[in-house]
Amino acid sequence: MDAIFIFEQLLNGLGYGLMLFLLAAGLTLVFGIMDTMNLAHGSLYMAGAYIAAKVHESSGSFLGAVLVAIVATILIAALIEWLVVRRLYSRDHLAQVLATFGVILIADDLVKAIWGPSPIMAPTPAALTGPVQLLAELPYPAYRLVLLGVGLAVALGLYLLVNHTRMGMLVRAGASNRSMAEFMGVRVGRVFSFVFALGAALAALAGALMGPIGAVQIGMGEAILIPALVVIVIGGIGSVRGAFVAALLVGLVDTAGRAFLPPMLRAVLPPSLAADLGPALAGIAMYVLMAAVLTLKPAGLFPARA
Amino acid sequence: MFKPKHAVLAAVLCSALVAQAADPVKVGIALDISGPFAAAGAEARDGFDLAIETLGGKLGGQPAEFLKTDFAGNPEQANQLVTRYLQRDKIDFFTGPIASNSALAVGPALFAAKVPFISSNPGPSQFAGKQCNPFFFGQYQNDTYDEAAGKFANEKGYKNMVIIAPNYPAGKDHLNGFKRIYSGALKDEIYTKVGQIDYAAEIAQIRAAKPDAVFFFLPGGMGINFIKQYIGGGLKEIPLVAPGFSADQDVIQAVGEPMLGLYNTAHWTHDLPLPANTAFVSAFRKKYDGRYPTVYAAMAYDAIMAMDAAVRDVGGKLDDRAAVAKALAKPSFKSVRGEFSYGANNYPVQNYYLRVVEKDAEGKLTNKLVGTVMEKHQDAYVGECAL
Repeated sequence: MDAIFIFEQLLNGLGYGLMLFLLAAGLTLVFGIMDTMNLAHGSLYMAGAYIAAKVHESSGSFLGAVLVAIVATILIAALIEWLVVRRLYSRDHLAQVLATFGVILIADDLVKAIWGPSPIMAPTPAALTGPVQLLAELPYPAYRLVLLGVGLAVALGLYLLVNHTRMGMLVRAGASNRSMAEFMGVRVGRVFSFVFALGAALAALAGALMGPIGAVQIGMGEAILIPALVVIVIGGIGSVRGAFVAALLVGLVDTAGRAFLPPMLRAVLPPSLAADLGPALAGIAMYVLMAAVLTLKPAGLFPARA
Repeated sequence: MFKPKHAVLAAVLCSALVAQAADPVKVGIALDISGPFAAAGAEARDGFDLAIETLGGKLGGQPAEFLKTDFAGNPEQANQLVTRYLQRDKIDFFTGPIASNSALAVGPALFAAKVPFISSNPGPSQFAGKQCNPFFFGQYQNDTYDEAAGKFANEKGYKNMVIIAPNYPAGKDHLNGFKRIYSGALKDEIYTKVGQIDYAAEIAQIRAAKPDAVFFFLPGGMGINFIKQYIGGGLKEIPLVAPGFSADQDVIQAVGEPMLGLYNTAHWTHDLPLPANTAFVSAFRKKYDGRYPTVYAAMAYDAIMAMDAAVRDVGGKLDDRAAVAKALAKPSFKSVRGEFSYGANNYPVQNYYLRVVEKDAEGKLTNKLVGTVMEKHQDAYVGECAL
């Protein structure tokens, strides 16, 4: 195990973490500010991936496809908000989970009706298919570097938006104390709509960017929702900064668990035991992290509500 | 002149007709078209539909009724469906599930009722070995695809390989099947999370290990993620070998160019030059917009054809279930895979082929037959079966 291997795994961990961040940021904003658990976030992610893949295929422009996917997904989200989510703001979390889980089931069947049950093709943009020689001994997929860049840019953009704009101030106010913000004259309804649209745009961006390196298929939203939920719980619900730090932590811990745990265990344990234990431990590494964080800080790393 | 006697006679005749018409051969099909196996399940459905259409809705010349209900890949739901099929519909044959866990869940009830279960895909080792049953008929045993891949790796002279599968029982079974035959060295044996999305860590391990080739068993979306990221990560030079399911038309469709040159093994391929197969493939492509069938569609088609032949062989006398099972065990139909026979455990003794993903004459990516890897191969569990 040499330095380059460790460096590569570090990059992999960061990349995976930033992907999770794109999804978790929207989820944590909606949950933190609107106090609404929106499981349909995963369906928006799937919508973004499908629309981007189809537009990319027919137009040949990846950038155009991502933009169309974002706009279309915002419209879909607006429809879902108007039809379902708006009625749930004042209900308890169980009602929200049940209703938005229903949205997932409907979305999955809709996608199947429109595009069929088989996974669809989402090609990598031609210019980014190959690896880039990052170091002499380290070729790295060009597309993953782009993902890293976009993830960091979105994180920076969100940081500026939340911390240095008037809208961001209102968002923070809504997140930390909704009724107080309302008393102070903040139109929370408008902030809600903005946040919901922003969350949808981030989900669509994540879906559109994940398409070329993953399976674009029914159920893809549910699969990634689980690590995204772990991220927002670790980060502190409602905190974008928390989501960022937690996403990188989860990405690094998960990748390190998969890359380093099995060989390390093989070095110290009998082979048959190590073969069983290694993958099992790697699989639960991020949940162990979550348990550890929650033991020390029950509200997560950066709780939005004091 | 109309007499009451005539009316009675007419009524009796009519009721006789009704009685005959109301007694068609009943086939219970558990469709698997939603849930985790929806893509493969839809392929199987298309195979069933084509076979039923080809036979004009009859089995062995007898009127037949095909009951189709989706059970969403859920073993519990499959069980309820089978109970209904057995008690209310009194089916004569059963087929349908994609996954082994569903097949294992519904097997006992079907066997107790002596209803032949002609698998349209799963070939669990349990039913091949200790729990083998005269009423279960496999299409292949799960491990055999991997054994064929292991043999291919030996013949190709791969000295060092990395093998990778999800960390669940079937993943281990498949890698064990490969290891049973592969005689070279294993650089690494990687087990990943079920449903894993990101494979960068594993791909870095493979790059560091520098193997001659990589064998992977990653069904469905996991395989799609893996292949895309593997090629994107610049490992194109290290060949990929897989059991046919990871490189069938549905996966090829979703992955595209990165699939080129991927070696895979299966007991059937769409370009097997046999009259029964060519007829099936061209009918399938005509019915479904030029799409190539997958192995799931081929097996579903064969399952119905096997029922057809069995009904004919017993002369339509389906009440003698033992005779039906005996007829099924001696397949008299022209299978799309070519000649095969059943071993003592009712699992086929058949050929396994090597395929490679290439472009066809129209520039479409698809599997091309390379050659036969194993001839008349039998699974490793037949010795445990007491039949």
